[in-house]
Amino acid sequence: MLARIKEFLGMESKPSDAGEVVSKEEVEKVAEEKPKPKIGYIHLSGCTGDVMSLSENYDILAPLLTEMVDIVYGQTLVDRWDIPEMDIALVEGSVCLQDEHSLHEIKEVREKAGLVVAFGSCAATGCFTRYSRGGQQAQPAHESFVPIADVVNVDLSIPGCPPSPEIIAKTVVAVLNNDMDYLQPMMDLVGYTEACGCDLQLKIVNQALCIGCGTCAMACQTRALDMTDGRPELNSDRCVKCGVCYIQCPRSWWPMERIKKDTGL
Amino acid sequence: MVLGTYKEALSARSTDKQIQKISQDGGIVTALLSFALDEKIIDGAVVAGPGKNMWKPEPMVAMTSDEILAAAGTKYTFSPNVWALKEAVRQYGLEKVGTVAIPCQTMGIRKMQSYPFGVRFVADKIALLIGVYCMENFPFESLRTFISEKMGVSPDLVEKMDIGKGKFWVYTADEELSIPLKETHGYEQNGCNVCLDYVAELADVSTGSVGSPDGWSTVLTRTDAGESVFKLAVDAGLIETKPMENVKPGMGLLEKLATDKKTKNQKTIDDRIAMGLPVPYKASTEKEDPLANY
Repeated sequence: MLARIKEFLGMESKPSDAGEVVSKEEVEKVAEEKPKPKIGYIHLSGCTGDVMSLSENYDILAPLLTEMVDIVYGQTLVDRWDIPEMDIALVEGSVCLQDEHSLHEIKEVREKAGLVVAFGSCAATGCFTRYSRGGQQAQPAHESFVPIADVVNVDLSIPGCPPSPEIIAKTVVAVLNNDMDYLQPMMDLVGYTEACGCDLQLKIVNQALCIGCGTCAMACQTRALDMTDGRPELNSDRCVKCGVCYIQCPRSWWPMERIKKDTGL
Repeated sequence: MVLGTYKEALSARSTDKQIQKISQDGGIVTALLSFALDEKIIDGAVVAGPGKNMWKPEPMVAMTSDEILAAAGTKYTFSPNVWALKEAVRQYGLEKVGTVAIPCQTMGIRKMQSYPFGVRFVADKIALLIGVYCMENFPFESLRTFISEKMGVSPDLVEKMDIGKGKFWVYTADEELSIPLKETHGYEQNGCNVCLDYVAELADVSTGSVGSPDGWSTVLTRTDAGESVFKLAVDAGLIETKPMENVKPGMGLLEKLATDKKTKNQKTIDDRIAMGLPVPYKASTEKEDPLANY
């Protein structure tokens, strides 16, 4: 992973100095000298909410799209039918196992992209497509939808239904700056494909870690969580299995170094 | 650093007689939030407001100084204030939100700001985060149980609760009762036992009674935002201060309690790791600074 990001930013990855911090000047020099990273946007079974959230970064979107990266593939973004080689593939949506085109597309993306990013909860955890059971027009046989990591190897996972515009901007900037420390939690989240609001009960409350702070209920994007007697209470009818409540909980993982850097404390 | 990074430590209290009367100690949280609201540094504040049950607070979006005053005083059970931050931004349309948080809530807010996975445009609206010192928190039924069974008084008659001098105190209209804190241990929620933060190390400004005389609070200004609002409130004459060197019991006690919490809870963390239980912090053997909050 580290080698791959360094590679596409034109930095040689030497095993001996893998942990060394790359200086700002070096990053800027590389950014000037090397070609811009090629990014593709692949749309599988999702609602388009993730790309809408990306486009909500209007204040940085124009410089991002024109100066910092090259968009080489994407419905509505680029007039191109075949999938080209690319550095980063942002994949929105889960994979429908009955849809051979989707299966083919995700496999081809895996071959042609340096980094495959599960972008948004449908790609990362399956999210609301987990509730699919078929029997609907226009494809009655389509019933099995899985996160992309079930089918191909994924490098980064950015859950959210949709991910917030800020996390998208922060991630893109971190990738461009080769900020591996910031990206580490997203690499760790690649294995988190069976998300559910009940994770709070199983992994936090039942593990004697909950402190009733309310962060999970704030983070829930479908208002599936209430706080009852200081503990999250899940309305499973509303939960879409996006995983954001557990990911946002301060007791699931704790990025102290990054927070210190961000707050200066 | 056992107290986290801070710019200045002072002993302080609100000069407002009404706040002094109602608030827990020096009334710093109430004074600062009211001042920030009046000066339009914040548009509103998420506070632990009065709930349906006495002593069971509910998060509330306060839009006036009166509402902030109505929420003054410490409640020793949960108020999931972080939950209401989104409400403050979405329903109330606030652009600059102030809030008061215990250390774990401060941690939830700061993590959300650094990694806002699903939290759209809330992180940048937090304008003032006031942290309060916290050793542990009690589930509401725990609180009711030890007040009624151990202290022998109906919680409904209690007018004020306090922790100080190693004891848990309750005040009714005509009685003043206390039990040693030793007897309340075991009633606190378990999640508190892995917490390494006593003084809300990540807040803009932290405050609590420990270190200062009765009726005063110890204030740690941490960020530029926290320092700025505190200084403005002092300059406006709403808060009076004394150097920590001149007050008793002073910084030593604050440092001792913070160290005690970290030492005791690091042991719980180590024990959990040895048992294979999940915990988001490192074992003491992996840490450079055994008192660090990670």
